[in-house]
Amino acid sequence: MILSGPGLVRQIVAVIQKDLLVEWRGQARLLAMGTYAVTLLLLFSFAVGPDTKTLQQHAAGYVWLALLSASTMTLTQSFRIETEAGALEALLMLPVDHRAIYFGKALANTALLVALALLITPVAAVLFDLSAAEGLQWLLPPIVLGAAGLAGPGTLYAALTARVAAQQLMLPLLLFPLIVPALVAAVKSTSLVLQGDPMGQMSSWLIVLASFDLIFWSLSGLLFAKVVEE
Amino acid sequence: MKWENWVGLLGLALITVGHYQGLFVAPPEAMMGDVGRILYAHVPTAWVALVVYLVAFVAAVGSLGTGRRGWDAMVESAVEVGVVLNLLLLFQGAVWAKPTWGVFWTWDPRLTTTAIMAVSFIGVLVLRAMLTRPAQRAVASAVYTIFAFVSVPVVYFSVKWWKTLHQPFSSPETVDSPMVTPLRVAAFGMLFLAVFFMARRWRLAYAKLSREDEAPDLPPAAAAIQLEGGGS
Repeated sequence: MILSGPGLVRQIVAVIQKDLLVEWRGQARLLAMGTYAVTLLLLFSFAVGPDTKTLQQHAAGYVWLALLSASTMTLTQSFRIETEAGALEALLMLPVDHRAIYFGKALANTALLVALALLITPVAAVLFDLSAAEGLQWLLPPIVLGAAGLAGPGTLYAALTARVAAQQLMLPLLLFPLIVPALVAAVKSTSLVLQGDPMGQMSSWLIVLASFDLIFWSLSGLLFAKVVEE
Repeated sequence: MKWENWVGLLGLALITVGHYQGLFVAPPEAMMGDVGRILYAHVPTAWVALVVYLVAFVAAVGSLGTGRRGWDAMVESAVEVGVVLNLLLLFQGAVWAKPTWGVFWTWDPRLTTTAIMAVSFIGVLVLRAMLTRPAQRAVASAVYTIFAFVSVPVVYFSVKWWKTLHQPFSSPETVDSPMVTPLRVAAFGMLFLAVFFMARRWRLAYAKLSREDEAPDLPPAAAAIQLEGGGS
């Protein structure tokens, strides 16, 4: 498609840098998002009651629901900035492969969600008393794959709904039913790290997550050009 | 008379025959007795709902590939008929589950997937209502229909694994031969009725989309004036 200029990978890196720079310059927003996710964690414990045992058992679910809820903010933001002042039209006019725009944005969104997860997991560990859990570095694979599962289709849907007036409502309405498998697998694998994994189920849940990511990242990469070219 | 009306009448006749056989001729179900006779309505609804969603998926691929209005109208009609069948299916399921399993709802993979399927495809209808530019609406709803359809098996298997870690589940799926005929007749009746509804709905959607294209980006009053003046 592009005859000269930087290759696909370098284009993707450029889009990631652009998006992360925009996010970094709006630090107040990042801070607000983190605070929002932490507030949700607090609210879950109020809704369930102060029973430490129950909270411990469901900690993985609360972390992922908080992330899911906060993710709609990063996702809507990633295309709202593009609709301002015709930024997306300008971006599409550049000699950039449209797949690079999708994968760049989706990777930038994944990175943001991973950062958010790394921020709220220690908070969850304190709030829900997860001090007994061992090998917390094993939380990284479910967090990265799970964040990718939200960001992959989420980025495409954000592009789909970018011009809808009620985007804040439409994005979760369309996205949440689709990412049920990713949510199930992410919560399961996170929970196995926190609660122990006597049956050795961890790898199969990670495979579910990875396959989900593979299916929906490829499908989104294929269809993204159609969505933005329209 | 348009061809789909004949198909609809045939469907109605087949459903009547199938349910007559199912209610009065076929033996009562071994475990559930007469309650089991809801099978003749429930199973065809499930089959036909999936077929109609498959039609929506094919139409969505066609709409994305060609950009033709006819495919877009097909997406609209198939998704709408599919959602109606899907909601009907959930309702029948709850009615059947209460006397047999003691609850209206259980987290069985099939039930959970059906519910998620309903929510996903209702999303297509909401999306279509929210977007006003015809080309944008066609692309967006086609893309989302493809995603919703592809996700059905993924959701099913993930929920199945999620569930099997808790408890195995048995469902009343064994069907004896005297029950097969009414089931088949009712299923074809349901299919023909669905074809009838889709065809009717397609004509309506196509007419609406055509009118939009004749008067793009104009408010309804202005569009009406333009049409009265002969259109363009």
